[in-house]
Amino acid sequence: MWSYKLSRSVLKGTRNNGIMKLVWCSTQPAPATSATRIAHSTIDTSDVELFSKQMKDWWNPDGPMALLHTFNLLRVPFVRDGLVNTSQKDLQPLKDKKILDVGCGGGILSEGLARLGADVTGIDASKDLIALAHEHRNVDPKIANNKPIYINCTVEDHAKTVANHYDAVVASEVIEHVNNQELFVKSCIHALKPGGRIFITTPNRTRMSQLFVIFLSENVFNFIPKGAHQYEKFITPNELTFILERNDCHVELSYGILYNPVARTWDFSQYQHLQYAIQAVKLS
Amino acid sequence: MLVNNMKFLLNRQFRCCIQTTSVRLLSTAVGGYSPQFKDNFKGNYDVIIAGGGMVGCSLACAMAKNSLLSNLRVLLLEASPESYYQPKPEYSNRVVALNQNTKSLMTSLNVWKHVENVRLQPVRYMQVWDASSDVMISFSSADMMDDDVAYIVENDLMLHAINTELLAVNSNINIVYNAKIQSYQLPKEAYPSTQSIVKMDNGDTYTCQLLIGADGANSAVRKAMGVQYLSWSYDQMGVVATLDLAEECTNTTAWQRWLPTGPIALLPLDSKRSSLVWCTWQDNAKQLLKLPEDQFVDALNDALWKQYPRSSSVETCTSWLSAGLKQAGMADGAARQLPPSVRGVAPASRAAFPLAFGHSTRYIAPGVALIGDAAHRVHPLAGQGVNLGFGDVKDLTELLAEAVYSGLDVAHPNWMQKYESVRQRHNVPTQVMIEVLHRLYTVDFLPVVLARSLGLQIANALQPIKKLIMAQAAT
Ligand SMILES: Cc1cc2nc3c(=O)[nH]c(=O)nc-3n(C[C@H](O)[C@H](O)[C@H](O)COP(=O)(O)OP(=O)(O)OC[C@H]3O[C@@H](n4cnc5c(N)ncnc54)[C@H](O)[C@@H]3O)c2cc1C
Repeated sequence: MWSYKLSRSVLKGTRNNGIMKLVWCSTQPAPATSATRIAHSTIDTSDVELFSKQMKDWWNPDGPMALLHTFNLLRVPFVRDGLVNTSQKDLQPLKDKKILDVGCGGGILSEGLARLGADVTGIDASKDLIALAHEHRNVDPKIANNKPIYINCTVEDHAKTVANHYDAVVASEVIEHVNNQELFVKSCIHALKPGGRIFITTPNRTRMSQLFVIFLSENVFNFIPKGAHQYEKFITPNELTFILERNDCHVELSYGILYNPVARTWDFSQYQHLQYAIQAVKLS
Repeated sequence: MLVNNMKFLLNRQFRCCIQTTSVRLLSTAVGGYSPQFKDNFKGNYDVIIAGGGMVGCSLACAMAKNSLLSNLRVLLLEASPESYYQPKPEYSNRVVALNQNTKSLMTSLNVWKHVENVRLQPVRYMQVWDASSDVMISFSSADMMDDDVAYIVENDLMLHAINTELLAVNSNINIVYNAKIQSYQLPKEAYPSTQSIVKMDNGDTYTCQLLIGADGANSAVRKAMGVQYLSWSYDQMGVVATLDLAEECTNTTAWQRWLPTGPIALLPLDSKRSSLVWCTWQDNAKQLLKLPEDQFVDALNDALWKQYPRSSSVETCTSWLSAGLKQAGMADGAARQLPPSVRGVAPASRAAFPLAFGHSTRYIAPGVALIGDAAHRVHPLAGQGVNLGFGDVKDLTELLAEAVYSGLDVAHPNWMQKYESVRQRHNVPTQVMIEVLHRLYTVDFLPVVLARSLGLQIANALQPIKKLIMAQAAT
């Protein structure tokens, strides 16, 4: 749960006595004016340094985004095993699968899925993050022939242009931030093919998640920026299941998710009170 | 307030820099460093395995056979020349005892059949006894659902079998023999790249994403990692030789007697021959090598048969305990069998190897992992050394394959950390157990002799304890 917040923040991480301070920035699209600055020919090296620092912060698996990188170890196999079920394992299990990554941030999940062969489209409301993701897709040679496509838009807007298109829609740690959750889910499902699958991970709305996800992580351990979450926006598995089933989906699986801060690993569990993952199939 | 200002500042800077950075600059910022040594640069690999001993070669073979790993570009570097194995009537003096786990790994890699096609000797009964008290413990196939306790295989045959299979699969594994590695340049952290540079003594260089140190107990990879290495010499050597037995027999028993100087073991080879591993103090070992053959054989028979002075109190206690065990209907340890006599030693088969303990506190560093003796070295008293190494191979291949199947890099810290903890959880207790045994048995202090004798008697009588020992030794 913490990880996602990191992804959504346009992150500035500074390490101070070993404690990481994160500065939360708005995920609003950047003013249009700055988009034109690309034309400048003189490159300010301090800008370049800062940019590579940003890249480093995002993409160093042990850096400030470590939680998000380790979260990939759980959600990439979660999506993979939801889409392919074969004993004959190969290196491109998601080949030819079209996947929409809603709220893709810097592209950590999108690239993870692309590395398994998937055709990934990543969308995010933050222009900065889309720019970062777009740059980074050139770095990893393993996705050179299979770079994700990034679009700066909301899923509601995206759903206006595509319908019945994706084999999978993944919304990892987004739904707890949107204002109209039913519209959000509807838009995701609209973009999905019949028989396609939707994968959602999000914190539950319980006293436990309020304590751990909001109070401890934001105020005590500073894992994530203060004010990143609003408890009232959290959605329970039952509510989410209800929305999905009301919109022509059948919920196939739901797991609890736990983070072990000592081993720094994420695991599925029976315990859904903190955070959970849901997989549903679109019926028609 | 301050935070807010900072937020504004950083956010602004961040925006600028994103948009002014070109792809080219980015690649210099986060891409791997390109080697400057263009002349002798011989290629970049996903994985380089440094050291083609039994463990390094079996890793290459396991990678070639795994459908998820067979696309990786792998390079195996071995300092010695390529060896051509010729089955000979006489046995090599270097043999290993392989456990059931090793057998199943090698069967799954199709290697075992190449061993079986030539020769191996199953061990169906093993007897370990104490020269200072004649207390013994035995392990037999009957204790492990009729599976063999172990298999005795010559080192060169094992290596040949692995290499036969490695060459038979059409894979992306390159092997360079006579390849002496001079130095390594390892990445300091996993980001931006885990690229290691391997420099050979002829000036060639290679680069790789994942470097595997399979270069044995004096591992240079381990030294380059700069990890803590806990080690001590035993001041002992293992004298090995191929022995002719006085009488022909089925010979499927492994014998080990604990002398005050260390254990002496006879491992069966065929109906007439056994292989010797005699651990003793260095000067004694050197003397044994120099002795004429007939005197060596005498010394050997002495070591197997000679009555050592007993402490009467130990005698009293052990016989009292064995009477008690008998009454309770349990094995009293009196069923001790007699070891064979040795008639001769095969010409020029005597050699001695130094023995030491070694434990690398870390098996991994960014982009680097250790396997086999490079990571752990044990006293041969339990015949575990290479089995632990093969266990490393099995776990490493499985974890790496799972990582690749999840879209991770070959050197992703996640699977490497799992590898380290899984292996250390198995290897360290085994090493400790072996170390404790070694220390218990190289002292002559009465209370220790008493305690170990009674302990051994009880362990022998209690099936659950025996099963536990065998389970640890079999995996
Ligand atoms: C007397 C004795 C008896 C034993 N009995 C048993 C037993 O019964 N059962 C058992 O399981 N184990 C036994 N062992 C232990 C077993 O032999 C070792 O555990 C095993 O050989 C280790 O294999 P390895 O591949 O890790 O290392 P090694 O066999 O040491 O292989 C390392 C390889 O790396 C190469 N290398 C090193 N440095 C470089 C360099 N700079 N450049 C290129 N190549 C390099 C070397 O040439 C070598 O081929 C015994 C050991 C001894 C000494």
